[in-house]
Amino acid sequence: MTTALDDTANQPAPGGAARQAAAGLPRLLPQAPEDLQAHLSRYGTVPYRGQRARAGAGRGEGSGRREGRGPGRERSGTLIADVEAAGLTGRGGAAFPVHRKLAAVANARASRKAVVANGAESEPASRKDELLLRIAPHLVLDGLQLAAEAVGATEAHLYLHAAPGPQLLRALAERSSRRLDLLPVTITEAPPRFLAGQETALVNRLGGRPARPAFQPPRVSERGLGGAPTLVQNAETLAHLALIARYGPRWFRAVGTETEPGSMLTTVYRPGRRTEIHEVPTGVPLRALLPADAQAWLVGGYHGVWLPLPDAAGLTLDHASLREFGAAPGAGVLAALPPDRCGLAEAARITGYLAAESAGQCGPCLNGLPRIAAALAELAGRGHQRQTRADLERWSGLVTGRGACHHPDGTVRFVGSALTTFAAEIDRHARGRCSATNRDPFLPLPDHRPNSEQDWI
Amino acid sequence: MNLTVNPIACTGHGVCAELLPELIATDEWGYPVIDPRPVPVALERDARRAVAACPALALRLTMSKEPARSAPRS
Repeated sequence: MTTALDDTANQPAPGGAARQAAAGLPRLLPQAPEDLQAHLSRYGTVPYRGQRARAGAGRGEGSGRREGRGPGRERSGTLIADVEAAGLTGRGGAAFPVHRKLAAVANARASRKAVVANGAESEPASRKDELLLRIAPHLVLDGLQLAAEAVGATEAHLYLHAAPGPQLLRALAERSSRRLDLLPVTITEAPPRFLAGQETALVNRLGGRPARPAFQPPRVSERGLGGAPTLVQNAETLAHLALIARYGPRWFRAVGTETEPGSMLTTVYRPGRRTEIHEVPTGVPLRALLPADAQAWLVGGYHGVWLPLPDAAGLTLDHASLREFGAAPGAGVLAALPPDRCGLAEAARITGYLAAESAGQCGPCLNGLPRIAAALAELAGRGHQRQTRADLERWSGLVTGRGACHHPDGTVRFVGSALTTFAAEIDRHARGRCSATNRDPFLPLPDHRPNSEQDWI
Repeated sequence: MNLTVNPIACTGHGVCAELLPELIATDEWGYPVIDPRPVPVALERDARRAVAACPALALRLTMSKEPARSAPRS
């Protein structure tokens, strides 16, 4: 892996360009921010299919219709059919099949429908959507408009962590002056909360309410924003969709594994390196991205899983491989904890954050997570009580599956993997020792510690 | 039929567990832990009473895919 293009502090940079180019990657990340002219000359114009309001159940015209058949193109059907054939899954973390959400909204009978590009995924360690929206905003915006057309949407939204940057504002203005968009895009800022990017929290925020998760059902694809069927897709997912619309499913499947095709953006944390964003084929060996000389690897972010080394050193970045360890690619956060750090201390610090980020709505999460975090902090200290481990296991069982959202489950998964992966370290701490020689925190947490109702707005 | 709770609406009042201890226990913080299996036919009446008695309107009986077993469970 080489390349760090952008030396601005704290801004992630695309990495590994030379190596990936051989595999037809990167697909999503240009080497420098692209304006509309550069975007259009690289990818061609936005391939609207004139299938507005008739997506899904076709009127016959759709499925065999011939699009332009330039190099790399295929005969294409409806965009939804192409996305299904491509096997695209959501890149925000849940890996839900994209065509199913598209079809659900397309087939819903409603006079109002909404599409939302979610650029505020919750993982604080994930920086890929932020980078994508900065250097390739037009791909995401193409995807948003194409998805809007495919489902027959009447409004389009962009949900962001922070105020839109200059690149994004310029991109929207360029599109507007060229009349490239079918729908105007409304931007809404998410509050800086871990759960604010969760689908129902997003719908609440766009509806003017605090960005807390809601209790499903119904799914937002049936009844979302203001009651309208709503399609929510991660920003990266929409960028992939914009390319599938142009080049077709076979092109998309040319990289990645057979069952989980395509490429994905990863945010990679390695000892002594700054944060890098790599676009990789699914199924790439983890050791191509992470050094084996580490305390452990973390895959999938703060709802993800600690992987022990060397046991996990042969795994690849796909569900089929990671499942063995109860892990998943998630939103592509990958970290190698440096050898001089204490995994327990790191896990306890993050768990404290996760507990504080409970929306406080569901009893088991509100009561359980702070206790779990305190118990893990005790294990990360010296000479813990014998009872602590048993308490931790009991509370973990009590919160799992009992929240309106996945927060308790994800937190417990993270904690459980820390207990397994750092088992030897727990024993060491019980005897009053710790293997760490460096106590600096490694993984990033937001500076902002919310504590009031205003923090959800 | 299946019993489900809306965990956001639930305030841990505990009425449901008192009325239907066969299917609902409470955790150490007073929130209901519900047997996920279909409600046995013999307990449907009690389940309806528990749903009606919930002060937070958080408990629901929903149609389930699997048919209920008529024999009570242990």
